[in-house]
Amino acid sequence: MSRILVGVKRVVDYAVKVRVNPEKTGVVTQGVKHSMNPFDEIAVEEAVKMKEKKLASEVIAVSIGPSQSQEVIRTALAMGADRGIHVEVSGKEYDLLQPIHVSKILAKLALEEKADLVILGKQAIDDDCNQTAQMTAAVLDWPQGTFCNKIEKTDAGLTITREIDGGLETIKTKVPAVLSADLRLNTPRYATLPNIMKAKKKPLKKVGASDLGVDTNPRIDIISVEDPPVRQAGAIVPDVDALVSKLKEGGHC
Amino acid sequence: MFKVIEKVAPSNKTKYLLRLYATAAPKTSSNPKREVKKPQENASFMANIFRGSLASTQVFPYPDVLTEEEKELTASLIDPFERFFREVNNAARNDENSQIDEETLNQLWELGAFSIQVPNDFGGLGLNNTQYGRLCQIVGANDLGLGITIGAHQSIGFKGILLYGTPEQKAKYLPQVSTEKVYAAFALTEPSAGSDAGSIKCRAVKSADGKHYILNGSKIWISNGGIADIMTVFAQTEMTDPNTGEKKDKVTAFIVERGFGGVTNGAPEKKMGIKASNTAEVYFEDVKIPIENVLGQEGEGFKVAMNILNNGRFGMGATLSGTMKHCIAKAVEHCNNRTQFGKKLKDYKGIQEKIAQMSLIQYATESMAFQISQNMDAGSQDYHLEAAISKIFASEAAWYVCDESIQILGGMGFMRETGLERVMRDLRIFRIFEGTNDILRLFVALTGIQYAGSHLKELQRAFKNPAANLGLIFKEASRRAASSVGIGGTDLSPFVAPQLTATAKDAAECIDMFGQTVESLLVKYGKNIINEQNVLNRLADAAIDIYSMVVTLSRSTRAVNEKLETAEHELELTKAWCYQANERCRTNLKHATSGGHVNFYKDLSKVAETVLENGGVKTTNIVG
Ligand SMILES: Cc1cc2nc3c(=O)[nH]c(=O)nc-3n(C[C@H](O)[C@H](O)[C@H](O)COP(=O)(O)OP(=O)(O)OC[C@H]3O[C@@H](n4cnc5c(N)ncnc54)[C@H](O)[C@@H]3O)c2cc1C
Ligand SMILES: Cc1cc2nc3c(=O)[nH]c(=O)nc-3n(C[C@H](O)[C@H](O)[C@H](O)COP(=O)(O)OP(=O)(O)OC[C@H]3O[C@@H](n4cnc5c(N)ncnc54)[C@H](O)[C@@H]3O)c2cc1C
Repeated sequence: MSRILVGVKRVVDYAVKVRVNPEKTGVVTQGVKHSMNPFDEIAVEEAVKMKEKKLASEVIAVSIGPSQSQEVIRTALAMGADRGIHVEVSGKEYDLLQPIHVSKILAKLALEEKADLVILGKQAIDDDCNQTAQMTAAVLDWPQGTFCNKIEKTDAGLTITREIDGGLETIKTKVPAVLSADLRLNTPRYATLPNIMKAKKKPLKKVGASDLGVDTNPRIDIISVEDPPVRQAGAIVPDVDALVSKLKEGGHC
Repeated sequence: MFKVIEKVAPSNKTKYLLRLYATAAPKTSSNPKREVKKPQENASFMANIFRGSLASTQVFPYPDVLTEEEKELTASLIDPFERFFREVNNAARNDENSQIDEETLNQLWELGAFSIQVPNDFGGLGLNNTQYGRLCQIVGANDLGLGITIGAHQSIGFKGILLYGTPEQKAKYLPQVSTEKVYAAFALTEPSAGSDAGSIKCRAVKSADGKHYILNGSKIWISNGGIADIMTVFAQTEMTDPNTGEKKDKVTAFIVERGFGGVTNGAPEKKMGIKASNTAEVYFEDVKIPIENVLGQEGEGFKVAMNILNNGRFGMGATLSGTMKHCIAKAVEHCNNRTQFGKKLKDYKGIQEKIAQMSLIQYATESMAFQISQNMDAGSQDYHLEAAISKIFASEAAWYVCDESIQILGGMGFMRETGLERVMRDLRIFRIFEGTNDILRLFVALTGIQYAGSHLKELQRAFKNPAANLGLIFKEASRRAASSVGIGGTDLSPFVAPQLTATAKDAAECIDMFGQTVESLLVKYGKNIINEQNVLNRLADAAIDIYSMVVTLSRSTRAVNEKLETAEHELELTKAWCYQANERCRTNLKHATSGGHVNFYKDLSKVAETVLENGGVKTTNIVG
């Protein structure tokens, strides 16, 4: 029976129309709806399913970020995770936190908690890095199974179906391992209200990054964040011939 | 002048009529003798303006009863609730099928939506009225038919057990209705007893050994009537007056299980709207109810029924404020995109006026609902007038807003796939059930007048023995003096943000005029005021406008004090709303007393009598 560590990141909700802040250091987050990174929801769902199938004994949800990150841990607990760990990183340090820091923290926790599996989302919808799972596997020197479409337990370990450009790829891996969830792995349940109530009573531990011996000092600086260029206004052409010649001019056909 | 007041003290006849009108609980004691001695103190802002006095505690400052932890919890519930409606429920399909499918209902049970206010120990979510109201908004924005399914269950179906249940009744029934997928219903209405709920004919007779009641009769239009296994049922029972030995029928409330036997129901009614909700007749034939299933005291059933309805009324305001938000969003989306005559609809002043009016009335509705819910959560017992007003206001506001949304969408609004025609159909019932708006208007006016009357009565007694009551007399005398010279009077300015001083002055003048109008009506009509429905309706409308002004003044002041990002907008909403409410209120008060209108009401009665007698319109066709 294995213990699963899942990463849950608090991100600006997918439905929010993001705006660059006046200082041009990032997007406006104040007063903006946040929720759990959708790929992390899939990771939690997979871990909880494995627990329900008795393939895992415990699911631990980890979030790294400011105090509000506890909200997404609570959501994970309401979905069925057993306990939570909040690694508090805030302010400028959090603004500049990179996958390398996150993966070191996760690796440290995986060892401390004696996890057999780490399941993460394939990417976070805010910075779209798609690096954390891979780096975590590297730090731990564990095998990795990324972009999971299907995860099956076998005697030897896991059989994983991965989403790749050309289609699906099946690999086998031993545990412990680090996995990342792709969109079609499952349909995450939503937390019901009674479970949200119950989650309030589940244990949630708070630690600092330095307690784990991970240095989160920023190594980068943000020079400027800009809105994407506004689309140029179109022009109305009188007929199809004019359209075709315009397209040719622009080298479009 | 106090001679007149003698006529005002509610006679038994008046009280009886009042009770009939009141599909809402009369707050005053049922013992007229005691009442004349000491008018009940009442913290209700609305009740007090009827006697020209300001009781500000329930309106200013705008209440804020949730703890930080409760606010956080509420916020965490919103997402899963919205998600259910986005991902699982399909309002159009429920409407089309005239039912909610099994799988959706199962998920709704799992979501916890059927037992939002049941204490945790019994398997519910244990939320308070304000938190419930917040979730109701989400329901209202998405599916009113489903809203009635869960509302008839918990807001009225088993609410009586929460309010009046014995520990044994709670332990037995609350877990069932919270987690065991057992539906509840509230069965009051009968074919011959709708608004006049006191005249029900269902009868329960106590067995010789006193261990059972045997219930017979039938109920009509019971929400969840076809699916409920537990019902709160009201029936006449024979009671003996312990003093006189006189036998009298009085209503008693019962918890009836379908499993008792003898409970059957009719086919689901085919309806204009809220089709997703089951409505059915329910029949009781020699149903054997154990004595321990009496809910509340024997003979106190009418009070039980009215308090259940009162207790749930704010929920309708909260729900419909959500519905309005949805309608406004639809209209806004359309007029931001649609171009006619070379411009976006949003750029036309006519369209802008519509959007603004819809927003104003939504703001007022929401402000009422959450002021009432929070007063209730703070332990107030004096919210009945306000709750009745919020029900009237919300149901009419939502109708107006949905209608205007459809208008803004033009032909698109009329199309089924837009989804607004369903909302319009669903909304119609809200002005009819849980007390028709007409009856509630009479209730508001008459309850307030009765309260004012009992206070004037007290004043009259004070004059009989001035030595003992000089304080009261002086207080009253100075109040009158102040208002007659136009100074002093009511002053709301200390309660509102400085930007609202002028608006608050208008509202305060309305309050003063209102008190004076009530007094002059009492002088003019005495207890016969009960028959002057035209006048009572104007008075009720004036009361509604006053309440709407005060709640918006209060809420926007809160926004300013808390430096909310929306404060500026809320001030604009309040000023624009109050500008109109103030004018309407003055007009209604004038129409309640002016000689011209007295004649106009007579003319209306004459027209109506002619048409009624004729069996329809009575004019000569222009072309034969
Ligand atoms: C879909 C639906 C669901 C319902 N669900 C329930 C439920 O779950 N439980 C339950 O017990 N009942 C339920 N009802 C019944 C509902 O509460 C009644 O319809 C309502 O109380 C009005 O009663 P009525 O229809 O008999 O109308 P009536 O009382 O006959 O009134 C007809 C009209 O006359 C007016 N009127 C009546 N008396 C006066 C007066 N003295 N002066 C002036 N005007 C007057 C009314 O305002 C109304 O406009 C439901 C009804 C519907 C349609
Ligand atoms: C059931 C049905 C039957 C119909 N039958 C026919 C038919 O037989 N033949 C036919 O030709 N058409 C028919 N129509 C179309 C109907 O005449 C149009 O829907 C109507 O003219 C309104 O146009 P619209 O829906 O495009 O709304 P729009 O013109 O887009 O108007 C939307 C809203 O904006 C308002 N608005 C528009 N312009 C301005 C402005 N300048 N200033 C302020 N407000 C403005 C409108 O008053 C309306 O409230 C039918 C429509 C329906 C729904």
